[in-house]
Amino acid sequence: MDTKKFIAGHVATLPRSGIRDFFELVAKMKGQDVISLGVGEPDFVTPWHIREAAIFALEKGKTYYTSNLGLIELRRAISKYVEDHFSVSYRPEDQVIVTVGVSEALDIAFRAFCNPGDKVMFHQPCYVSYSPSVTLVHGQAIAVPTYAKDNFALTAEALRAAWQPGAKILMLNLPCNPTGGTCTREQLQAIADFCREKDLLVFSDEIYSELTFEGTHTSIASLPGMAERTIFLHGFSKAFAMTGWRIGYACGPAVLIDAMMKVHQYAMMCASIIAQEAAIEALQRGWDSVLKMREQYHRRRDLIVRRFNEIGLTCHSPRGSFYAFPDVSVTGLNEKDFAVGLLEKEKVAVVPGLAFGENGRGHVRACFATGYDQLIDACNRIERYVQGIKK
Amino acid sequence: MNPVLKLLLEGGCLTSAQMAQVSGLPEAEVNQHLEQLKKDKIFLGWRPVLDLSNEAAAASTVNAVIEVKITPERGGGFNRLAERIARFDEVESCYLMSGGYDLLVFVKGPSLQKVAGFVSERLSSIEGVLSTSTHFMLRCYKDQGFLLGTGEAASTRLNVAP
Repeated sequence: MDTKKFIAGHVATLPRSGIRDFFELVAKMKGQDVISLGVGEPDFVTPWHIREAAIFALEKGKTYYTSNLGLIELRRAISKYVEDHFSVSYRPEDQVIVTVGVSEALDIAFRAFCNPGDKVMFHQPCYVSYSPSVTLVHGQAIAVPTYAKDNFALTAEALRAAWQPGAKILMLNLPCNPTGGTCTREQLQAIADFCREKDLLVFSDEIYSELTFEGTHTSIASLPGMAERTIFLHGFSKAFAMTGWRIGYACGPAVLIDAMMKVHQYAMMCASIIAQEAAIEALQRGWDSVLKMREQYHRRRDLIVRRFNEIGLTCHSPRGSFYAFPDVSVTGLNEKDFAVGLLEKEKVAVVPGLAFGENGRGHVRACFATGYDQLIDACNRIERYVQGIKK
Repeated sequence: MNPVLKLLLEGGCLTSAQMAQVSGLPEAEVNQHLEQLKKDKIFLGWRPVLDLSNEAAAASTVNAVIEVKITPERGGGFNRLAERIARFDEVESCYLMSGGYDLLVFVKGPSLQKVAGFVSERLSSIEGVLSTSTHFMLRCYKDQGFLLGTGEAASTRLNVAP
């Protein structure tokens, strides 16, 4: 029997993530001395006081469903945090929804706001799920290129050039995975003006915002006239080293959050109460840990960017996130051959840039969320590998 | 803060070459900083933090914490006596404390008898020492910021992730 016939057409034709292919290649080398710069999460374990709060919640018997929107205590804490750090005010009662990571928040946002055929603009290279998420709601994804020469910042000019009639949503991820690119306030203002001009709804995934190394992070939602057309997406995974807890949130106009809540209540019911309890602790007492981790990432960024440029792989300095995105085309290899060769010859895993979209061609993503000794060793191995290619 | 001192405080156990990479300074400059810290008597020496619970040879080492009450002296306060006590080889650390006693003294010895002998014959007999209260350590769970035995589980972080 042809069991494949049961798979929905738009899922059957959805390409596998390029990350997945590479993951399997690396998995085959288990037991060998592989240094992985291919991860997409912090190397720090969740700070103990946050884990301890979760244990305490379990001891207290907190094992029930919560409100669909999430614990009100957490929503209050989120509201305060977002106001303090992003200068946008959201009412905890009806403008904040707690989700299973930003991934779920994004999924329910697409399902709540995207009709079949609606056009969604997103900058590229970008996180692997953006384009498939649009496909899954029968939308049409429009990639807007960003370039190394602009430090992978999104420009209003590129947006205007890529815009098509029928575009409804703009998806932002600043600072960006995989490039670390972000926008200055002025660049963001130009993007905001464009969104108002073209009447776009903005999804702003700001998961790496706390890991901004230069200047201060500006949320597009904080710009005049933007909060009413922005779904602000954030979570705990990166800043608080809580990836496995799967906890995030979305903030926006009450009407829009209510629409997202409808999808969320039928699909997910609520986020895990244990993760929600841990998240309250993170917001109330976790900021010192965030600052300590950011300082470490900052120094590691300076190290890896300096080393890549010394090696001859041009690398812009990412203003945020924990990813470096060097250009490897100088070696004469494409990004995939470079990454596979590096893995086989020197046992260092990086992710080929094409996994993050067409504009990732010629680049690889190297995550610097790893200890100094491994990072130094990895850079030395990459240097040896590149010198070997040149010979 | 001196960038090298900052790295030392983090306890990452980096070589000077690694410190140079991390701080972005030439290695010679890192070494200069280290030398200056030594000259300034800020950097006094290296010592590893070891979990010796499974080392048979080390298992016989006995550690004790001693609360010591002493008489302060006119002019010098507690300093002269504290320094005198701190100079014994058996004393690992010595702190002046607030509260119910004056000095907290960490002592290490090859056997219980040796430590007991140090307390009764050497420490208690110093003029000005009013009393001692000795607590033997049974087990160490955390030492200088490092968890022993029951530390974090091995990382299960995926090698490649989006």
